[in-house]
Amino acid sequence: MIEVDIEQQLGTFHLSVAFRAEAPIVGLFGRSGAGKTSVINAIAGITTPHRGSISIDGKSLFDAARGIDLPPEVRRVGYVFQDALLFPHLDVKANLLYGQRLRAATEHFIDQEKVIDLLGIGSLLSRRPFALSGGEKQRVAIGRALLAQPRIMLLDEPLASLDASRKTEILAYIERLRDELRIPIVYVSHSVPEIARLADTVVLLSDGKCVAVGEPRQVMQRAELRSAADRDEMGSLIETRVVKHDINEKLTTLAFDGGKLLVPLLAERLGERVRARIQARDVSVALRRPTEISILNILSGRVTAIGSGGDSTVDVELSVGAAGLIARITRRSQRELHLHVGQDVFALIKAVSFNRPSVGYA
Amino acid sequence: MLGVTPDEVGIIALSLRVAFVSVAFSLPLAILVAYVLARFSFPGKMLFDALVHLPLVLPPVVVGFALLVLFGKHGPIGSLLDEWFGIVFAFRWTGAALASAIMGFPLMVRAIRLSIAAIDWRLEVAARTLGGSRSWVFASITLPLALPGIITGMLLSFARGLGEFGATITFVSNIPGQTQTLPLAIYTFTQVPTGDAGALRLSIVAVLLSIVALATSESLTQRVERAARP
Repeated sequence: MIEVDIEQQLGTFHLSVAFRAEAPIVGLFGRSGAGKTSVINAIAGITTPHRGSISIDGKSLFDAARGIDLPPEVRRVGYVFQDALLFPHLDVKANLLYGQRLRAATEHFIDQEKVIDLLGIGSLLSRRPFALSGGEKQRVAIGRALLAQPRIMLLDEPLASLDASRKTEILAYIERLRDELRIPIVYVSHSVPEIARLADTVVLLSDGKCVAVGEPRQVMQRAELRSAADRDEMGSLIETRVVKHDINEKLTTLAFDGGKLLVPLLAERLGERVRARIQARDVSVALRRPTEISILNILSGRVTAIGSGGDSTVDVELSVGAAGLIARITRRSQRELHLHVGQDVFALIKAVSFNRPSVGYA
Repeated sequence: MLGVTPDEVGIIALSLRVAFVSVAFSLPLAILVAYVLARFSFPGKMLFDALVHLPLVLPPVVVGFALLVLFGKHGPIGSLLDEWFGIVFAFRWTGAALASAIMGFPLMVRAIRLSIAAIDWRLEVAARTLGGSRSWVFASITLPLALPGIITGMLLSFARGLGEFGATITFVSNIPGQTQTLPLAIYTFTQVPTGDAGALRLSIVAVLLSIVALATSESLTQRVERAARP
């Protein structure tokens, strides 16, 4: 359980954030400049709020009223910085052991071999940071933070400087941390797909304030999110279950209560829960069920709201079974189809619009 | 070699001792001052910075005179040091070392400060979150990363110490066997009609010493940098 209730003035920026969350992965989400990094800096003890309290699993790290302000070195938070910040004068092994050596043996509960194995960095141990790729650096940084035996991990946009395939790789490692080491994680990001895939609880920040806390599915649909999220990233989340793998066609079928989704072949086993993220701009709307069309996913639903949009576009909210879907269409299409709330429509989603980072473990 | 006389060997040895001792004793303070100037801001920082740099811009004779007034046998600091610790600077080789240390101090601080300022301070923050106390982080992260600057600073101060003239002669005078360092001896040779050969010999020695010091510092710096980069 992480409890944060702080106020802090940083130059002209006022941070006033309060939330409590009990989840394997808490996603701290918002635009750049919303105060995400400021919040985890306060948790790590890098900056000091002028009011409030911070505690992790009941252990108070900061409490202005009671005069508690633990220095960073005794807070036991594993901070992974956006750009890894490995120590350039030490090799990978010495980087990994830097924190471990500073903790008493009685505090050791995360095993060195296990971390090295989990992150796949065994072959890098004698290398220097300059000789590592971006993804390798980030894995070593995660390992270094873990071996300092933290109570909680703070990941500050760890994928920001990586290319798409590295991102997917690191996401999988983060999921392994959660599943195998059972260490709580605060994951900071402004990326909807990352938060959608990882977070169990989302804390939505905007302008230094906490505007929503809750399950990703609910928070992602909240109006505040729409202004906070990048417009292009806008989309919806559907909780599904793997029901079929078609090895020949290289397609996986996901089922949810509004129907089925065909997506490129996944590695997850049958019956496993998978969260699919569907971007609004990948969804088209038809009034009749189209035939002779390449699109594999045709779901029947109903218009529940016609939201705001951009200059030429409008976001139409649909209910498909109990799930919600957002379709971004042009204003012209909306006019020509006479779309209105309560209307029965078909939502069309290309199977190829699903890529690996948009489909993940639930 | 070069026909250097035993007296002159003594002069060279004294000069080296003065330069080494001045570097060794001023180094810890220079690192501390450089760290404070590079990492902290506080009221009066400009003034403090100016004070540190003062020996660089003042005429050396003025520094020597100030030392004479403060650290002389009856000066406010000199008399206390003598009384409490039995340390006397006036007209001793230790006084020459003090003068060298003060004249070389701004050069040393400057080089070290630049290299500390070039270190990403967030590396120090990262080390703190990993469990390092402020002093341990300084020793394990800041110092090793600042090493090239520290070596450069030591060389600059050492060279300044070998060549120090004005402050030394004003503070501790020019006593053969006590305070007569290389530059003072060369100066003394030039004051007598037959001294040209001696002045030339010692000047060649001074050039050689400088080259050795420069080469040593270069090779040390390269070794340190090779360890940190490809």
